[in-house]
Amino acid sequence: MSVHPSGITKQPSYDVAVVGGGPAGLAATVATARLGRRVVLIDAGAQLGGQYWRHPDLSSAGAHDHAGHRDWEVFEALTERIRRHRQTGAAVHLAATQVWFIEPPGPDTGAPAWTLHLAPTCGVQDDRMPRTVRADRLILAPGCYDRQLPIPGWDLPGVMAAGGVQALLKGQRTLAGKRAVVAGTGPFLLPVAAQLARNGAKVVAVCEANRIGRWAKQPLALARTPAKLAEAASYGWSLARARIPYLTGTVVMRIEADSSGNQVGTVKLGRLRSDGGVQPRPKRLEVDLVALGWGFTPALELVSASGAETRVDVDRSLVAVVDDRQQSTVAGLYIAGEATGVGGAQLALAEGELAGIAAADATHLERSRVRALGREIRRLRAFAVAMHRSHPVPPRWSEWLTPETIVCRCEEVTYARVSEASTRLGATDARTLKLLTRCGMGWCQGHVCGFATAALAAAGQTRPLNAEDLRPLAKQFPCAPVPLGSLLED
Amino acid sequence: MIAPRPGSAGRSADVVVIGAGAVGAACAYFLTRKGFAVHVVERGAVAAGSSSAGEGNLLVSDKVSGPELELALYSRALWDQELAQHRELWEFESKGGLVVATSAQGGQALLALAAEQRQRGVDARDVDPDAVTDYEPHIRRGLAAAVHYPQDAQVQPMLLTAHLLGLARAAGAVVWTGVSVTGFEVQVGSDGRRIAAVRTSQGPVACEHVINAAGPWAGEIATLAGVDLPIRPRRGFVLVTEPLPPTVNHKVYAGEYVASTQSENLGLEVSAVVEGTKAGTILIGSSREHVGFERRFSLPALRAIARAAIDLFPRLAEVSLLRSYAGFRPYSPDHLPVVGADARLRGLWHATGHEGAGIGLSVGTAKLISQAMAGESTDIDLAPFSPARFEAVAPA
Repeated sequence: MSVHPSGITKQPSYDVAVVGGGPAGLAATVATARLGRRVVLIDAGAQLGGQYWRHPDLSSAGAHDHAGHRDWEVFEALTERIRRHRQTGAAVHLAATQVWFIEPPGPDTGAPAWTLHLAPTCGVQDDRMPRTVRADRLILAPGCYDRQLPIPGWDLPGVMAAGGVQALLKGQRTLAGKRAVVAGTGPFLLPVAAQLARNGAKVVAVCEANRIGRWAKQPLALARTPAKLAEAASYGWSLARARIPYLTGTVVMRIEADSSGNQVGTVKLGRLRSDGGVQPRPKRLEVDLVALGWGFTPALELVSASGAETRVDVDRSLVAVVDDRQQSTVAGLYIAGEATGVGGAQLALAEGELAGIAAADATHLERSRVRALGREIRRLRAFAVAMHRSHPVPPRWSEWLTPETIVCRCEEVTYARVSEASTRLGATDARTLKLLTRCGMGWCQGHVCGFATAALAAAGQTRPLNAEDLRPLAKQFPCAPVPLGSLLED
Repeated sequence: MIAPRPGSAGRSADVVVIGAGAVGAACAYFLTRKGFAVHVVERGAVAAGSSSAGEGNLLVSDKVSGPELELALYSRALWDQELAQHRELWEFESKGGLVVATSAQGGQALLALAAEQRQRGVDARDVDPDAVTDYEPHIRRGLAAAVHYPQDAQVQPMLLTAHLLGLARAAGAVVWTGVSVTGFEVQVGSDGRRIAAVRTSQGPVACEHVINAAGPWAGEIATLAGVDLPIRPRRGFVLVTEPLPPTVNHKVYAGEYVASTQSENLGLEVSAVVEGTKAGTILIGSSREHVGFERRFSLPALRAIARAAIDLFPRLAEVSLLRSYAGFRPYSPDHLPVVGADARLRGLWHATGHEGAGIGLSVGTAKLISQAMAGESTDIDLAPFSPARFEAVAPA
């Protein structure tokens, strides 16, 4: 390995660069540094932890209550080891920093290493922050964001992504509402409801679209992951103790404003029939907060920009293709965590560590650890697959849309316009649908409406969603918003 | 949208248009108005190629005196007259162009060009450099010259293409997307070789005429027909900013842009083109490169575009870049479109090679072809655009 300048310089160079400071990125950083490689950890957050261990600034008063975090001791152990590696110079942490462009090594670019172009997540450029870093190997651990589906009224204030509600609680200790319904599908609804209740909100119901019976079809995956069962049981207990009804086979199919007209007032429920259709139920719930979650969408900007191959996963998310050492289809590029398939923090930790060992060229030195991680990954991946099969997005979800329902909130595109583009204007794929309607072209760049847009494009042609529908909604350049002036600098 | 697939069951048309971009869609529109039975065959989706990768320019300002300017003025009149009733469908916007020069030499060249254009009927109004901020408050100071072109306009090219096809379908045209052309069936008769049918991935379609409107891929289609057509892709990038309150009112570009469109340079050519959109984003171009159909983002090109744009609008340095897209213009070596019948194979017509001007020139091109195909005299002379000028070139 090459000789490196110490400290942060204008264009420092490392053995390994890790992008993302959640479970996968932290585990990758620790493994790489432990094996004697110089590593730079680039993270968009002001503090390490990612979404999973999002927390207030630890220097602020009253911030040491971590009851809302699972595996907090794992986080503390990882960050403590990173702190020590930073002291020896083996690891460098660039906080509040985003990668907006990736240049791969090789004959095309003439560069011997990966070049990452950086910009501050927000605010002013710190002069000490390098504008580019180089690394021989690259590990991407970009995590994921909430997957959303449009519902009539979901653009009202008081409707939030379930993960956003949790992030407010974890990061700012802020309760987004007093009377909440948590709806969508998947195990993630449980901790969100439990945390809302523990922080003083009245959770009137958790609406789980699917029926728990689906899990009975996956006995093997459950038997191999007893810890996941225990976790679900503990949330179930929290819900029962707080007297929160858990309504299965139930969806929120309409959100209506309160008497002021500009805030959530009631939600209308529907029952998911066995044929996938939705039957309205007479029941209405009065709420001031609707937390919606339909699983997660991996953040694939960096993966797409790197040219690595992608595929559609069991949960119909676009994910990166990796081998049994976490290497992508691009040599020297490793991917770990949710970007290889949504599977939770335990899986991300194992994948991150394996990616770190592989990127450090140490798989032959760490044979037994690599084998153990491989087993762990296969076991947890099997559980994730079972979870995705048990909690699919309802196949006929678009039936609860009305012509006026907003599909893309940034560009205010209605379902009527999407339908017109799909049926009359020739939007036979998601790219054409996006360009004809502007769905996914606004501020969020498809983070919110990307899955729905891709799914509607496929549904309009009465064919299943495929990778070609999802790829145009994963953007390539820039990987993160960057001031135009930053393009001129190096 | 998609008609039943062509098959072996004796499908036929008067004209098969290859390519459902703006030019192909305009051909379908004008040909159905002449009573032709038209089938459009498109490999991808509607407007999947160059038509979805530009800004939708309808420009007269960037055309030097000659046949292309004539075609631009002819097309411009069609947008305002024959097609005016549909302008809402494709978000027609008569925003006007503002061309500026930063150097004294560039300023002289710009004013000379404007004078020449005026003689050809272009509405080109010289603007006092000190008064440019009345047009564009955020533009840089100290410009050498500026010219306002009220005729420059814009459409949303995807909507244009989709709706022209919709209007053509209402008049009887058939549109197939996701169907590739694989070859041609040629008959040899006493009058030489002529096209009998187009072979597609879904079976043959018998026809009298074929219009090759495949944009930068038109050379590949010509090769299938056994003729050589030197159309090549010329890559361009467009940068898109975050949505802003109205910041740029016109299509604003540096005078060097005209030189850039006419350049023979095979390397990277960059000139600033900056304009606002209804969505509030600002579109920033432009680059020209001969790199085949390479789509990967090239930092040197993007950086050069950003530098040129910031030079024109210094405020842009602070504005966030949200996304970017790449596209390929159909480049013709003499910078003139290729429009008309190909004498080497009867029944074969070309409508391509418009480089970056294909949206604006699509309707004029299509109307002239419809007249020629109907055996009428054309409103303007097609001879300068004839494929015959390449016929000396040996087939690849």
